Amino acid sequence: MSIALIDYDAGNLTSVRKALTHLGARFETPAGPAALAGAGAVIVPGVGNFEVTAALDADWRRAIAGVLERGGLLLGICVGLQWLFEGSEEAPGVPGFGALPGRCRRIEHPDPAGPADGALFKVPHVGWNSLHRTRDSWVLDGVEEGDQVYFTHSYAAPVGPECIGSTTYGIEFASVVERERLVGMQFHPEKSGDVGLRLFRNVLDRMAA
Amino acid sequence: MLSKRIIACLDVRDGQVVKGINFEGLRSAGDPAALSRRYNREGIDEVVILDVTATIEKRKAMARTIHAVAQEIFLPLCVGGGINDEAHADAAIEAGADKVSLNTAAIARPELLTALARRYGSQAVIVAIDAKREGGGFRIYVRSGRQATERDAVEWAREAADRGAGEILLTSIDRDGTKSGFDCELTAAVSEAVSIPVIASGGAGTFDHFVDVFTAGKADAALAASIFHYAEHAVADLKQHLHERGIPVRMGRWARTGGAEPSA
Repeated sequence: MSIALIDYDAGNLTSVRKALTHLGARFETPAGPAALAGAGAVIVPGVGNFEVTAALDADWRRAIAGVLERGGLLLGICVGLQWLFEGSEEAPGVPGFGALPGRCRRIEHPDPAGPADGALFKVPHVGWNSLHRTRDSWVLDGVEEGDQVYFTHSYAAPVGPECIGSTTYGIEFASVVERERLVGMQFHPEKSGDVGLRLFRNVLDRMAA
Repeated sequence: MLSKRIIACLDVRDGQVVKGINFEGLRSAGDPAALSRRYNREGIDEVVILDVTATIEKRKAMARTIHAVAQEIFLPLCVGGGINDEAHADAAIEAGADKVSLNTAAIARPELLTALARRYGSQAVIVAIDAKREGGGFRIYVRSGRQATERDAVEWAREAADRGAGEILLTSIDRDGTKSGFDCELTAAVSEAVSIPVIASGGAGTFDHFVDVFTAGKADAALAASIFHYAEHAVADLKQHLHERGIPVRMGRWARTGGAEPSA
């Protein structure tokens, strides 16, 4: 079963390609929505502003929805996770895929004055932070409470029923989501060491199943 | 909690790591890929490759080095040294870099930061600032510290962030190579002025220097080269040291399970 890695000019895909190759996955980069007809799984990566997802137009959405309807799996990474939701306040005019309820919001500290200890509170959230397992899921097989992964983002998704792992930076947000064949990761599994590779492998194994 | 990052710098010339290799027991110490593999095993959070030759004819060799290192680690990888146009940045990223660091070229043509941020996202664009204490401020030097500018580090850091840089790699020229500790005043002044992460560099000699730069210096990450070569497990030992002093760092699973063997 072939995996379609969508290249819609939302950042560089070298690291994702490298991780997929390392894990022995067969994948291709479809030239357009029509090329998704034979895909068994879809990966939507993405960095930068939510506005970049505007490139995933109605034709892409239909084609991606078609993969899901045929029993395929969809993985969204970083902005790709945010895109699974209804939208983001980062680009209010750009609708998300809308498969998951809620909108992404800018990360902020609950106290406008910042942390009580006087430490700086910076946005974007850049670096290694821990996963809190909020619900059991096949996506988290082999991942332990407190394992750390690499983030770089300023907006984040709400913690809802589909959230299986959350992370706290000022606010608690959904860092891993799963609903049946829909998976999203706010961090970069391709840059998150052994933990990231394990998460990637769990999804690839399910894609191949 | 967000961890403080420990970053290893590899100064590379002609495909070999050229600075701070004092660990004689390691046969392949000068090989960037072998060194990266070892650092990855010891728990490094990120790797920076600094091209200290950075001539056009050597760029192809550099691309091979970047590729070789990228094959070893699934961690953020930054490449810097002589990157002065989009084509050069493209080549580094194409070879496997997640981030590029710009120094002299960013001062000369700040619009390059904006162009690269548009193309790759701000998270891929690092501004390297080499600063020296002068007249009560922090004057920026370019061309590997050889040429003084009229720019102040704090003021330029703000502008660079506004123009699209995603992180600042801040080196104290006064402290670089001295092993007398990071310049915490410089680091705090820049870190407080911007909302993007600041990576402190220059002066690391002891583990406590890292404690200082993460507390008094308000650094988000700290970079060093030679200190990690002194002994095997230096990265792991440093993280244990920081962990015991309440600094949040990414630890191996053994640290959280009270010494039990890692399960994966």
